Amino acid sequence: MRPRPHQVLEVKIETADVTTIVVAPIDAEPPLVARAGQFNMLWMFGIGEVPISVSRIRRDGALVHTIRAVGVVTSALAGLDAGGVVGVRGPFGTGWDVDSAAGRDLVVVGGGIGLAPLRPVVEHVLANRGDYGRVSVLVGARTPKDIVFGEDIDQWQHSDLGVDVQVTVDVAGAEWPGHVGVVTDLIASAHFEPARTIAFVCGPEAMMRFATRALQELAVPLERIRLSAERNMQCAIAQCGHCQLGDVFVCRDGPVLAAARLLPLLAVRGR
Amino acid sequence: MSERGMHDLLGEHPFFAGMPSEYLELLAGCARNEVFRAGALIGREGDPAERFYVVRSGRVAVGIHVPQHEPLVIATLGPGDVLGWSWLFAPHAWRFDAVATHETHAIGLDGLCLRAKCDADPALGYEVVQRFARILVQRLEATRVQLADLYGKADAR
Repeated sequence: MRPRPHQVLEVKIETADVTTIVVAPIDAEPPLVARAGQFNMLWMFGIGEVPISVSRIRRDGALVHTIRAVGVVTSALAGLDAGGVVGVRGPFGTGWDVDSAAGRDLVVVGGGIGLAPLRPVVEHVLANRGDYGRVSVLVGARTPKDIVFGEDIDQWQHSDLGVDVQVTVDVAGAEWPGHVGVVTDLIASAHFEPARTIAFVCGPEAMMRFATRALQELAVPLERIRLSAERNMQCAIAQCGHCQLGDVFVCRDGPVLAAARLLPLLAVRGR
Repeated sequence: MSERGMHDLLGEHPFFAGMPSEYLELLAGCARNEVFRAGALIGREGDPAERFYVVRSGRVAVGIHVPQHEPLVIATLGPGDVLGWSWLFAPHAWRFDAVATHETHAIGLDGLCLRAKCDADPALGYEVVQRFARILVQRLEATRVQLADLYGKADAR
């Protein structure tokens, strides 16, 4: 599968190291259509290719990706201006099964840039609010300056759709009026009925492990906790093995996996 | 407020959930309702820690003063949380600053009064220490999670 050239339509700086780009195909082929939780391989010509989650689902064929600049490729992607060109392969992988959450309480836990693949879930739930029970959106970041999608979070908090949106940071200055503490603190104080809850969690692996433990301590069944794994995806079609964890090819079988399947694989030391 | 009313208020707070009524009765004798306006300093690092608080509403920022830096908030406490454990252990001095960031309603318990009751009744003392130990373990674990810098840069591509 060859990358298709896409042009950057919009660029939005989210934080000091996180940028959102909106891209649309240049060729005459039909647009790529992704589901919440899936990813595309974004190729900076002459530099390299990286897997980036879709951070918003648009119906006009444009793709929205939110990128944290941590290396050469991601920094180049984050440095694109409107009009720039990027190659896109995808979409790949499993997504968040939002339909399986219908009729249940839903807890969404996003840590750092992990909120990016979860934003489409929250937007879907808000657009179909009646399909779900109690909904909690719990967001963690290192500092207030590292909170991504601040405007969206503000809108979610002020919507009258009955969604409990909580934000916490690990550390803050005295001017921060919000919660300070680890994201697992928010899980303990969120209102949901564990027996009928499904949880979608995305963030650094350590954070997902702690979040899963906090959910389990409240009696949320492990089989109803979904995690999004981040691994070194290269081919994205389960051929190269770079993202392999045990018998799981994260690019094909993930990135969204049941916690019961993923956690034992993450517990293996040395990976 | 009567001791009976305070007994019930304490019993409703998660920190005291399941505590035998006779112990709540003893605690109520050391307790009083307190209100802190937003911005009020509740405890200052190094000052004598004569009380602890069970928060009923509002929010308290627990912070560290670092010379030549802005105050650093390391945790916030809200309804259901407990503020202050230094009253229990010598030298009975606040380890951190505590400031109400919103109007905060709490029940303050006199540490000297409570220590005397715990000394006189070791079973009560054990009950109280067990509950504080649980809080300390939670805070220690949270601190370790914070130290792990969960949101640090793991990917280099």
